[in-house]
Amino acid sequence: MLFSSTRSDWLGNIRGDLLAGLVVALALIPEAIAFSIIAGVDPKVGLYASFCIAFSIAFTGGRPGMISAATGAMALLMITLVKGHGLEYLFAATLLTGVLQIGAGYLKLGNLMRFVSSSVVTGFVNALAILIFLAQIPELTNVTWQVYAMTLGGLVIIYGFPYINKTIPSPLVCIVVLTAISMSLGLDIRTVGDMGALPDTLPIFMWPKVPLNMETLAIIFPYSAALAVVGLLESMMTATIVDELTDTPSDKNRECKGQGISNIVAGFLGGMAGCAMIGQSIINVKSGGSGRLSTLTAGIVLLLLVVFLNQWVSRIPMAALVAVMIMVSIGTFSWKSLKNMSKYPLSTNIVMVSTVIVVVLTHNLAYGVLVGVLLAAMFFANKVGRLLIVGSELDVEEQRRTYTVRGQVFFASSEKFTQSFDFKEAVDRVVIDVSHAHFWDITAVSALDRVVIKFRREGMAVVIKGINEASATLVDRFGVHDKPEEIEKFLAAH
Amino acid sequence: MEKRVIACIDDSASAAAVCDWAAWTSFKLETPLTILHVLDKSERPHESDLSGNIGLGTRETLLEQLTLLDEQRGKLALEQGKQMLEAAKARVEKAGVASKTLQRHANLVETLSEMESEIRLLIVGRQGKKSESALAQIGSQLESVIRTLHCPILVSLATYKIPQKIMIAFDGSPTAIRMLNHLVKYPQLFDGIEVHLVMVGGATDSPLQEAKAILFAEGHESIIARRVGDSLGVALTSYVKANDIDLTVMGAYGTSPIRRFILGSNTTKMLHQTQVPLLLLR
Repeated sequence: MLFSSTRSDWLGNIRGDLLAGLVVALALIPEAIAFSIIAGVDPKVGLYASFCIAFSIAFTGGRPGMISAATGAMALLMITLVKGHGLEYLFAATLLTGVLQIGAGYLKLGNLMRFVSSSVVTGFVNALAILIFLAQIPELTNVTWQVYAMTLGGLVIIYGFPYINKTIPSPLVCIVVLTAISMSLGLDIRTVGDMGALPDTLPIFMWPKVPLNMETLAIIFPYSAALAVVGLLESMMTATIVDELTDTPSDKNRECKGQGISNIVAGFLGGMAGCAMIGQSIINVKSGGSGRLSTLTAGIVLLLLVVFLNQWVSRIPMAALVAVMIMVSIGTFSWKSLKNMSKYPLSTNIVMVSTVIVVVLTHNLAYGVLVGVLLAAMFFANKVGRLLIVGSELDVEEQRRTYTVRGQVFFASSEKFTQSFDFKEAVDRVVIDVSHAHFWDITAVSALDRVVIKFRREGMAVVIKGINEASATLVDRFGVHDKPEEIEKFLAAH
Repeated sequence: MEKRVIACIDDSASAAAVCDWAAWTSFKLETPLTILHVLDKSERPHESDLSGNIGLGTRETLLEQLTLLDEQRGKLALEQGKQMLEAAKARVEKAGVASKTLQRHANLVETLSEMESEIRLLIVGRQGKKSESALAQIGSQLESVIRTLHCPILVSLATYKIPQKIMIAFDGSPTAIRMLNHLVKYPQLFDGIEVHLVMVGGATDSPLQEAKAILFAEGHESIIARRVGDSLGVALTSYVKANDIDLTVMGAYGTSPIRRFILGSNTTKMLHQTQVPLLLLR
């Protein structure tokens, strides 16, 4: 059902979608140009990619109203590939990225997003904002004061102009005014035209000129894998944000496949890999876009602007684009997460901040998410590990000590479990009642074994009560839901 | 599960006629009636702010604004919907038919396809509120409703008249025969009603005779007519006009999607052209 869509997906909100698509296109151009430069390719590679991706995802995506195009997060992963092997390998890697993403869609890897906690998402979003901002630094170093003045002026227009007029997009005003100033004063500052070739024709189909062998695969595969992961992560997270803003559901696995197809289209039409964009998607929703038409419009307007107005686009000072990108970066950053840090538990904050730090250091969002997810899992295991209470009772007449274990025994709590027993006490018999405990893994079982052995070495007779109930959790019960009798047993054990 | 007649209403002008049809069919089919109103959020227009900038906290404030807007509109729509359902219930009660009401927060097509197994007959207006003022002659969701569901659907127009003459559009196909056999299961439908069996095109009247025999076997008289020359839509609508027909019964979307794409669908044409309500059988 990759191309199916309802009438209302497309035509439910025509006016809103067309206008929003127009506004979004203005925020796509700076990102495509800025990050093409960072990836080390001509701006046209990013611009073609943005068009191809926005165009195809409008049909194939699982989240209507979300904007996908050439993004910073992806561009940052390509730098060494372009430097070491050249543009053609980038196209090949883009194709492979698409194939991997389609595979992920069919394997339903979109469902794995449930393991990504919201503090990791917040960390990801903040890290992305910081990366976008950092990417603007090269344009702001070793430049004349005019550039600083222009950038600052651009930001003032972007945030100030809406107080005067809300019907003309302020980023457009910023770009037009700064271009006019730079041209009329004849300022000697960098313009888009200085950064490389702009598109002069509509995109043309081409097969990447790389040898089709294992060597090529070995070169591009690591890049493609990283691109596929980061692209899907950002797309899934953006989809969640758009779901929340529009209060409508999305099909995450279809989105994975859609991202894959879009990247394949981009790879064949001379574009680089891309993914969904948080900032631009927020702009889309804010501007009233909600349907597939908004994404399609953004892509088409972008292409028309750069192909037919390329004379003018090449004269836009970089300072204007930097201002727009700083806006995107500020808008992507989750301001609320800073305010929430004082309210949230330390573990949550550590997960969020670690995600940010790892991303900023490695420039790879996948590593940040990996670290964040692992930390979150560890903190969770630690918390659940505390749900273990061992009570005990001494029967003086019979010289018998009964330990009652309640709660979760697994790798994180087995230590605590072992320490709860008093091996030095001189009694004849020890009863360990584990019928209210859950033994989740082998570590837990071997901890129990060790406890028993220790007691025996002290010369005490050990009886374990209810071990069958306790270790019922040990079995990997994946798929019990389709065996009703198993569920009965499972529940009975609790 | 007990099958029901489902009547879909909104605040368009056709709601009253839908209620009247609902009362009539529920009575004739001896089937309980449920009046349905859906609150579809996507039908409400978005506000656009074209300033195109995002700053610190835009996402949070945007969520807050959108939620507030939905909340206000939702409350209002819910209240209006309840009143509409009350009015509809009262209207069918006046005609002597008891009914249940149902209100759902969802998309119309989704809601209907979820409850499809319980639907004996679905009654919808040709135009909803959204397309009432627009140039479109048929409602924005009508076609997808008809295509998605496989139950009989009565498409009501803005006015209602107790049916006295019905026309069954017949093409001699096995589907059409099946349709007739299905119809005769409800003898009350034919009580005091003049049935016209009309065929467009074809070489002889023999398929029509066959159809007439099916009806006659159950004790229903019918008038047969065959029209040649005109296109299906034109022939049927002119027959309706000439004979004061009150309701047209026809099969819907019998052709494959590809054929429909190339040739266009007779059903869609009839939906646009008809001047009397249509009962569509799948």
